[in-house]
Amino acid sequence: MALAVPGARPARRRAARRRGTFTPLLLLAPAMLWLTIFFVIPTFSLASQSLQTGDIDNGFVLTWHFQTYSDALGRYWPQFLRSLIFAGSATLITLIVGYPLAWFIAHRSGRFKTMLLVLVIAPFFTNFLIRTLAWITILTDNGLVTGFFRATGLINVLRWLGLVGNDTLLYSPFAVIAGLAYNFLPFMVLPLYTSLERMDMRLLDAAGDLYANGWHTFWKVIWPLSLPGVVSGTLLTFIPAAGDYINSKLLGNTQTTMIGQVIDAQFLRVLDYPTAAALSFILMATIIVMVGVYVRAAGTEELV
Amino acid sequence: MTEAIQRKAQGELRLVELERRYDDFIAVNGIDLDVPPGSFFALLGPSGCGKTTTLRMIAGLEEPSSGRIFLGTDDITNTRAHQRRVNTVFQSYALFPHLNILDNVGFGLRQLKVADWKTKAMEALELVKLADRAKQKPRQLSGGMQQRVALARAIVNEPEVLLLDEPLGALDLKLRREMQIELKRIQQEVGITFIHVTHDQEEAMTMADTVAVMRSGNIEQLGAPAELYDNPATAFVANFLGQSNLLPIEVTSVTGERAAVTSHGSTLVAQADTIPDEAPDGLRLGIRPEKLRLVSATDTTWTNKLTGEVSDASFTGVSTTYLVRMPWGQELTVTQPNDGTDRAVLGEQVTIAWDPHHAFMIGRD
Repeated sequence: MALAVPGARPARRRAARRRGTFTPLLLLAPAMLWLTIFFVIPTFSLASQSLQTGDIDNGFVLTWHFQTYSDALGRYWPQFLRSLIFAGSATLITLIVGYPLAWFIAHRSGRFKTMLLVLVIAPFFTNFLIRTLAWITILTDNGLVTGFFRATGLINVLRWLGLVGNDTLLYSPFAVIAGLAYNFLPFMVLPLYTSLERMDMRLLDAAGDLYANGWHTFWKVIWPLSLPGVVSGTLLTFIPAAGDYINSKLLGNTQTTMIGQVIDAQFLRVLDYPTAAALSFILMATIIVMVGVYVRAAGTEELV
Repeated sequence: MTEAIQRKAQGELRLVELERRYDDFIAVNGIDLDVPPGSFFALLGPSGCGKTTTLRMIAGLEEPSSGRIFLGTDDITNTRAHQRRVNTVFQSYALFPHLNILDNVGFGLRQLKVADWKTKAMEALELVKLADRAKQKPRQLSGGMQQRVALARAIVNEPEVLLLDEPLGALDLKLRREMQIELKRIQQEVGITFIHVTHDQEEAMTMADTVAVMRSGNIEQLGAPAELYDNPATAFVANFLGQSNLLPIEVTSVTGERAAVTSHGSTLVAQADTIPDEAPDGLRLGIRPEKLRLVSATDTTWTNKLTGEVSDASFTGVSTTYLVRMPWGQELTVTQPNDGTDRAVLGEQVTIAWDPHHAFMIGRD
């Protein structure tokens, strides 16, 4: 049919098609530009930095010195492992605390729903640093929390778990994990809320009707249907928590150093840029691999 | 049908003064109901009449404010939904979106720890002709198929009573007719007591052995479909089940089984046994449009005749529906079958007639 159309019309049609192919690219352009300038280029620069040798006074030269990676990992693997454990524990705590909270806000809060959601993100109105510093006061030695833990003997449980060194809560792994969990709780609650809120409550009726008690209804229906929220919530919590360096710095001790702190020190105090860059890369790679395995295991792509 | 599912149900359901009150209104106003085992029972009524609330109380998904529910001889009022041998086909189907069709159907059996749940679930899927879809997810199926999965998921558990909450509401007309026949067939095969909630009078009459018409939380009338249609107890039932012409009347005398009545000055004959016990005033005579005939003014074979003017005529193929304006202004609907008789034209003076056996009397709304 195209053959039969004479004159200017095929040209116009071509023009229309050309405009058609360019529109999506135009729409993507701002984001692409942003990512190129602030992610792709810095990533390459960081990669190059990690393979350079030299020092701050004489400048760094790219020498493809891969040994920096093995040296960095050999030296700082305890901090790496600790970061993953701390971030993992904090993520688990936010999940356990956040799930019932998100459920309550989504289905039981009635007209207070909006207010509760605002309260969840309210801490963001205060500076991250201030909020973390506040935990020093909360966990202080003669404070209520420490008093409670001592009175109930829970502090002995924490000491047995190695989460506190003596009978104080502050400057311990416990304090760091608590700080992380507190700071990242909203990142867990909001995605959970979204996925629980849109859940069809009639499915719960159906489960009850089909002989499932409350426990089975939760594990067979609610939990699997909320997995997309669980996955995004845990990712949003775990990834930044693993790289966090404020909580361990303010609430921890020298034995709770996390990898973020090490990178911070290497970049800004030791001025060993290649090591800092290599550590950043290892952290990034570790998280990407873990997230990949996790998302595949959760099988969220199959969920509705 | 396979023998695994087929069995004679013991599902006799009894509701005693069952009531459900909310803060500001009464959804179900103390109803008593006896559903014999193995019957196909319909709860029919407009939206908000309390039929779904009643169903949900039977399922255990809603708690009654007072009253008792008995299943056979057991008082199940205080048991939870998952403890009742009752299953529901939900209006929205409520299929689990994360499970495939087989797992959806097997859900109840696995909860009941039935060892060969897979075999039974497949049998149920065969019953609804969806065995080839076992591995698919609900969203891959059409509405009609999802409906059948919901049915299979419920009956596979061999409940004593199966509850159907407007199960055909979301289907288009053609599919709905097919499913009505299908549901009836399945009910006869499995022999489980079906309680079917619907607002569609035709659906209720097509499928059910017994229909309870509900209105504002009460059961207005209960009976076999033909009984309800031919002899409705109230104007509400008369108009909810099809159309009725209602003439205000007064009974002047009763001789044997015949009652002489007057309406707007015309003397008519009616069946004495349809005079309701209550409300002797405000009495009305009801005649269904298809029971009215257009006859010649000189025809003396009919005892009941009225004359009026044709104010509207609509031809629908199998029949013609006329609106005939009476001298007192009321318009009566007449449905004349398209059987070769002459058709009246607009503005024509016509005589309408009916057999006294085909009219009923009602006392209240």
